Amino acid sequence: MRVVVDFDVCESNAVCMAIAPEVFEVRDDDFLYVLLDEPPEELRDKVEEAVRRCPKQAIRIED
Amino acid sequence: MHAAAALRRDGYHGGLTILDAQPHHPYDRPPLSKELLTGRFGPDDIGLRSAEGLDVVWKLGRPVHGVVRDGSGPGGRGGRLVAGDEEIVFDGLVIATGADARKLPGTDHLADVGVLRTLDDAVALRDAIDSGISTLLVVGAGFIGLEVAASARQRGVEVVVVESLGQPLGRILGDDVGAFVARAHRAHGVDLRLETGVSSLVAAASGGVEAQLSDGSVIHADRVVVGIGVRPATDWLAGAGLVLDDGVVCDETLSAAPGVVAAGDVARWPSRRAGRLMRVEHWDHAIASGEAAARRLLAGPDAEIFDPVPWFWSDQHDMKIQLVGFAGPDLDSEVVSGSFEEDRVAVAYGRGGVLVGMLGINRPRHVALMREQVTSGVSFADGVAAARAL
Ligand SMILES: Cc1cc2nc3c(=O)[nH]c(=O)nc-3n(C[C@H](O)[C@H](O)[C@H](O)COP(=O)(O)OP(=O)(O)OC[C@H]3O[C@@H](n4cnc5c(N)ncnc54)[C@H](O)[C@@H]3O)c2cc1C
Ligand code: SF4
Repeated sequence: MRVVVDFDVCESNAVCMAIAPEVFEVRDDDFLYVLLDEPPEELRDKVEEAVRRCPKQAIRIED
Repeated sequence: MHAAAALRRDGYHGGLTILDAQPHHPYDRPPLSKELLTGRFGPDDIGLRSAEGLDVVWKLGRPVHGVVRDGSGPGGRGGRLVAGDEEIVFDGLVIATGADARKLPGTDHLADVGVLRTLDDAVALRDAIDSGISTLLVVGAGFIGLEVAASARQRGVEVVVVESLGQPLGRILGDDVGAFVARAHRAHGVDLRLETGVSSLVAAASGGVEAQLSDGSVIHADRVVVGIGVRPATDWLAGAGLVLDDGVVCDETLSAAPGVVAAGDVARWPSRRAGRLMRVEHWDHAIASGEAAARRLLAGPDAEIFDPVPWFWSDQHDMKIQLVGFAGPDLDSEVVSGSFEEDRVAVAYGRGGVLVGMLGINRPRHVALMREQVTSGVSFADGVAAARAL
């Protein structure tokens, strides 16, 4: 599983971080950092939830 | 949409039909008052990704006029939907008809007065802005009105906002935040008139609208957007034997009747957290409640109780406002990071010594990271300390 964020539309509202902090982090500079580009399978449910809940539809999973 | 997706995810393989009164493929509403007006996105950019690839039968442009719950399905559930001359038999029904924007009485005949709820509303307003209108009047300083004001200012339009209360959003977010939001809009050139209502709107001889305001002044606007709240779309449910009272009244699991669940803006349910019947008009709630309603249909009465923490955001000018949980004038509050003067602030809210909300203005980290503590309801003091340490 590969996580891809469209940084042109992401607006750092950190919804993904609230759901999967292992994978997504919005730092104090207000930028989103993807901590794990290829998170382990056990995080799939959380990452899929982040995909659904991202208000900007900015996250995709490439299998 | 999210209920349908969740039904499929949770293993429902039977027939699934989605009916919508609008002809458009499902789209996302939040950009309608933001990116669509500023021109950053067009109608093709706001399709709902959750609708892609779903194994469902689409019946779009098909308003449902009535429901007959005749118990013809398994276990005495089920019934028929009436949509024009077509009838659709169902075993389970998800009611997710949202809400309609309230209009000002007696303004239906005015072509330049509108609301903002649908893609067509937004495209009409965007086209008006594109055509070079000079003045926009916004009635109501709620989230939608303020977002429209901000987007129109960004396009160089003169904007007047009238609001009958003393602060924008004050009732929802409290006076400190309301005063801050008012200052920010004025700093961006919005002519915000508080404690002011509209006495009358008439078509102007020169085109546009002449608005008589309660403070006695008269202004000319090329276009008027009315943002005075919404009404849950339940007319079609009259006679269906459901409890309709400012929405479809459900139990704690979002069930409205055997085999019937409700979700999104239209659903009203007893929130344990809030201790009262609640209806929530936010995007994240549409997802959370849609998924919970789907689980309720599949699991029956044993389904989990629906008691989420509300979460929303609103973008206005360079402010990103986010709230997880509850805020408001009657709660304890404490600034935990930054300050209103810096345009970057996080505020914690407590009730009875318990943390119940975290608001951020340009402070997304605090809202995201405190979500768990708000959900579990740590003490206000611990919550404030934890947020300060972030
Ligand atoms: C301009 C705008 C900006 C917003 N911005 C934000 C934001 O920044 N943050 C946030 O958290 N929330 C925001 N929201 C709120 C959010 O979009 C709504 O809470 C969400 O759309 C609710 O989803 P829903 O599915 O309950 O209802 P809706 O999205 O309203 O969908 C209901 C659907 O039911 C259909 N329908 C109604 N009656 C019938 C019938 N009788 N037969 C068939 N179909 C019917 C309607 O056509 C509609 O398509 C915004 C809303 C608007 C309008
Ligand atoms: S939820 Fe979406 S928009 Fe928000 S920070 Fe994550 S990727 Fe960006």
